[in-house]
Amino acid sequence: MTRRVLTRLGTSLLVLWGAVTVSFTALHLTPGNVADVLIGSSIVTPEVRAQIIADYGLDRPLPVQYATYLGRVLRGDLGQSYQLHESVASAIGAQLGASVQLTASALVFAVVVSTTLAVLTARRARWIRGLSSGLELVGVSIPTFWTAILLLTVFSFQLGWFPAAGGDGFSGLFLPMIAVAIPITTMLTQMMRENLELILDEPFVLTARSRGMSDLGVRLKHALRHALVPAITLLGWVVGLLLGGMVAVEQIFSRQGIGQLTLAAVTGKDLPVVMGVVLITAVLYVVVNILIDLLYLVVDPRLRGAA
Amino acid sequence: MSTAVITIGAGRPRAVPRPGVWAAALFLTVVTVAAIAPGVVAPGTPDAADALAALRGPSPAHLLGTDANGRDVFTRIVFGAAPSLLAGLGATALAVAAGTALGLLAALGGRVLDEVVMRLVEVLLALPTLLLALLVITVAGPGTLNVIFAIALYTAPSYARLVRAQTMVIRHAGYVEAATSLGLTRRRIILRHVLPNAFAPLLVLATIEVGTALVAAASLSYLGLGPQPPAPEWGAMLSAGRDYFSVAWWIAIFPGVAITLTVLSITVVGRHLRRLAEGGTS
Repeated sequence: MTRRVLTRLGTSLLVLWGAVTVSFTALHLTPGNVADVLIGSSIVTPEVRAQIIADYGLDRPLPVQYATYLGRVLRGDLGQSYQLHESVASAIGAQLGASVQLTASALVFAVVVSTTLAVLTARRARWIRGLSSGLELVGVSIPTFWTAILLLTVFSFQLGWFPAAGGDGFSGLFLPMIAVAIPITTMLTQMMRENLELILDEPFVLTARSRGMSDLGVRLKHALRHALVPAITLLGWVVGLLLGGMVAVEQIFSRQGIGQLTLAAVTGKDLPVVMGVVLITAVLYVVVNILIDLLYLVVDPRLRGAA
Repeated sequence: MSTAVITIGAGRPRAVPRPGVWAAALFLTVVTVAAIAPGVVAPGTPDAADALAALRGPSPAHLLGTDANGRDVFTRIVFGAAPSLLAGLGATALAVAAGTALGLLAALGGRVLDEVVMRLVEVLLALPTLLLALLVITVAGPGTLNVIFAIALYTAPSYARLVRAQTMVIRHAGYVEAATSLGLTRRRIILRHVLPNAFAPLLVLATIEVGTALVAAASLSYLGLGPQPPAPEWGAMLSAGRDYFSVAWWIAIFPGVAITLTVLSITVVGRHLRRLAEGGTS
């Protein structure tokens, strides 16, 4: 277990270091003078320019610049957005809440819906499974930005059930959440059902049934836990997918968030912000994966003994 | 494509294609024809504007209606097949090439190289995919080629992982040992024996992933980072149609249908290939 924790920590550090290095490389691969790249399209005084060169050590050799950058990031300094006239950290901080809310609710929705669907449809009549897998196929194929537009048109513009832009609380969150959640819900349902079907063949399921346990009871009490383990493994990867889907969805629903911030930064060539977002999402990824490791212990009691 | 099916499935119980697989293959054929020779499928040119017929709904004259400039939506979708498919196929081809090289390097280049390559792969897989693509586009600027490169960058690691795993298994296979004992050169063994055998699962993964890459490319063009207007590309068309949604739904709906059906068909065909590769079960 200690070994496992150490490996996990090592990998996490490596991912973070990788993200910093990728950002640094991106900065230096961008055509043009590095100071100009950092400033982007805004106009700054010569004093500010000199300050940037000093801050990033741009007049020093490349390894020193790298070390300087690494040191700054380690201190939590993500740099300055000269276009937004604020620090990258505060720009991201102001938007992070809305995005985390969207991502977290989509994740909860996906897990709840896919678990329910998988429990209800595994090993059922052919047509139920056929219908379900047909929907899953459409769900993974349909582009998120298109689903978002369809939802917005039908439920906001035509039916007027939800606000078309922004909106506080749950009513504003619901449609974006569905749009982001659809692909991962279908993916998870498919995987969980396949797992459940394998597990329902296991001898311990037969034992439970022979003790007179109801079908639903067997599924919920015995089979589900086993089916959840591989699904949890998928979650870490799913979070990356959610963060990607968020960009178009936030734009379509005119929601605040990291997606909008990133999109504006990409179109405006505001590299410090894009680099900051890459770093923050890498941190999120690492945190989520540590949480997932803890989740294994909750779901699979056998792992607790090893701890 | 049909030759691949035959080689993979040869000597094993064949999975009989379901009607859905045939429909998907047929649709992909039509899309491919549209991409290669759009003039055969659609009348006129994608940029022919008729201001008097702007924002008309679907009718016999304009099968899928017209857009805000009076351009025929059907014609634009047909002409948009090439850039849309190209982005998906190009990104996948580039990713497979880079991933194969990295995977072989990791599997056969010794322990140190293996560690370095696999850690790199792990880091790249950990960064959220679309954000990595956005970083590339910030650096390189918008455009079709940069979109292809951006998508290839984040899809290549999964191919590298697969090729490495396959190679690790194959290098201990009887026929590789036989080839080694016959005194064949290392290069020849890799090219003639290892690579072709690692290729079947790679091809299956790549087929399914073309769909994912296509959606990613369409998303980036939707965000205005891909081909620039007036180029007919599905994602860009959808984006342009968004502003007219309440008065002319067809401008945004039909390009979306085109993307979804294409990706759906690719997934169906890809899964059929996977069933064949796995020996016709499931």
